[in-house]
Amino acid sequence: MKRTAELISMNFNKYDPADVSSYLAVGGFKALDKAFAMGPEVIFQQVDDSGLKGRGGAAYPTGKKLRQSAAVPGDVKYLICNADEGEPATFKDRALLEYDPYAIIEGMIITAFAVKASQGYIYIREEYFYLHDMLRTALQAARDKGYLGDNIQGSGFSFDIDLFSGAGAYICGEGTSLIESMEGRPGRPRTKPPYTKVSGLFKEPTLVNNVETLTTIKAILYHGAEAFTKFGTPESPGTKLISLCGNVNNPGTYEIPFGMTLKEIVEDIGGGIPDGKSVKFLQLGGASGAIMPKNLMDTPYAYESLWDKNLDVGSGAILVADDSNRIIDFLDAVQHFFLHESCGKCTPCREGNRQLTRILQRMQNGEATDQDVNNVEHIANIMKNASFCGLGKTAPTAVLTAIQYFSDELFSKGDVYGRM
Amino acid sequence: MQNNEQLQGAVQEIVEKYERNANQLLPILTEAQELIEFNYVPEGLAQIVANQLNLPISQVYEVVTFFSTLSETPRGRNVIQVCDSTVCRLNKNDRLAGTLEKFMGIKMGETTEDQEFTLEFTPCFGACDISPAIRVNRKVYGNLTEEKIHDILEQIGGIRT
Repeated sequence: MKRTAELISMNFNKYDPADVSSYLAVGGFKALDKAFAMGPEVIFQQVDDSGLKGRGGAAYPTGKKLRQSAAVPGDVKYLICNADEGEPATFKDRALLEYDPYAIIEGMIITAFAVKASQGYIYIREEYFYLHDMLRTALQAARDKGYLGDNIQGSGFSFDIDLFSGAGAYICGEGTSLIESMEGRPGRPRTKPPYTKVSGLFKEPTLVNNVETLTTIKAILYHGAEAFTKFGTPESPGTKLISLCGNVNNPGTYEIPFGMTLKEIVEDIGGGIPDGKSVKFLQLGGASGAIMPKNLMDTPYAYESLWDKNLDVGSGAILVADDSNRIIDFLDAVQHFFLHESCGKCTPCREGNRQLTRILQRMQNGEATDQDVNNVEHIANIMKNASFCGLGKTAPTAVLTAIQYFSDELFSKGDVYGRM
Repeated sequence: MQNNEQLQGAVQEIVEKYERNANQLLPILTEAQELIEFNYVPEGLAQIVANQLNLPISQVYEVVTFFSTLSETPRGRNVIQVCDSTVCRLNKNDRLAGTLEKFMGIKMGETTEDQEFTLEFTPCFGACDISPAIRVNRKVYGNLTEEKIHDILEQIGGIRT
């Protein structure tokens, strides 16, 4: 039985990104035609009915977010497609950008029309440099065919999209940091409120949505909310793109209905673990996500069942680690990442990551003291509770969940932090 | 880029492409860095950009030092980046780094004496489906083995031992 779905990914690799007519031939811009006929209120209702939640990781109800944005008055409003996919183990937006760029553009036009945005940006990470020119070509081709610019397809609605490249900063995936970097400054987060919906780019109302969220809006209008919600669970309707990777036979981006168990995902879709090894743990949602031991592999992959166990869908990353890996070595990799990416604005994140990294390194080398071990959880909790933005709040998630599930291995004297 | 006058002209072209808009400092600096042989923003270049956009040089430096793509110190003409994040760690990127060091005769973080090659670790660049992966001058190579690394290095003249 086929375990994957094709609601969002139906057109992957099926047309030429430089040729709009090849996109039209596979049903392209049909959702936009529908949107123009529906008008904003019906679009919001469709998105509400679909149960779509923000796919960048925050899982905020998309219908609600669109309505809030639409309610903000102003002649100028921006829509930013967040393609700064920097979460380690996450590459599903790359698949959308690479295999179905017009679906993103179409999703953006629909969303802009519904919330009355006048200008759009695709903020793409520098690391996806090889896709930049292709996307510029696709945008220009859409412009040439009247799908961007003034009076799109005679609808009376005008909207255009520019590409903006990041420059290697994970923090810029956070909406206000992203906006800072688009204003010629370092990408450090702003105080909220005001939320970007009210005052964002150039102090104008700005809606920031993830690539997959915008593309899924298009998919919902194309198929209809009713068809979309035939997949998934009652509380997590529809499908989701996952980035399956690590010690797994078939790593890749897959579209799956919510509700499959993690075991089914790893074994049936991922083809199991290479070299006859077995699963030791998963990390869900990227480096900022929780570590999940293998005895929870029967958990259904859906928001509600993961939240029940203090886990999360996050970005959709599912990283598999086999039983040859030491927890402490993995945490060291996580910690190095956050040490590098902390922007330095607030003390809990800046100093917390520095101290955690040092202590974990001592544990890795078998040189940690009892005081070090006591400090790990203490520092991690301070970071979680007192950091300024999501980066610092979630940076210690892996450490805290490793302590929860693997404390025996992590703190066994004479082995990991031994020589005492 | 030979002299200051040529550099001034080249920067002016970039700045004008972005309509002298200081909000566009990041893309302007990214493009301006490409004018410099050794993949960095020397003080002279930072000063030219600051003058042309009418910005304090401190703001230019704040941006240069914040973003990984921009560098305030010279690097090699070719930059080889090894992913050091979670997925590539699980896929034994340490062996990858060791193989590169062996063929190139330099350690991670170092530049060859002739300034042809810099070898460095970098955070995840989203190639986890073909992990372990490296980037050579922004181009991604994945599913790497010792033989594949040898072939890549041979193509760019990176074998030094």
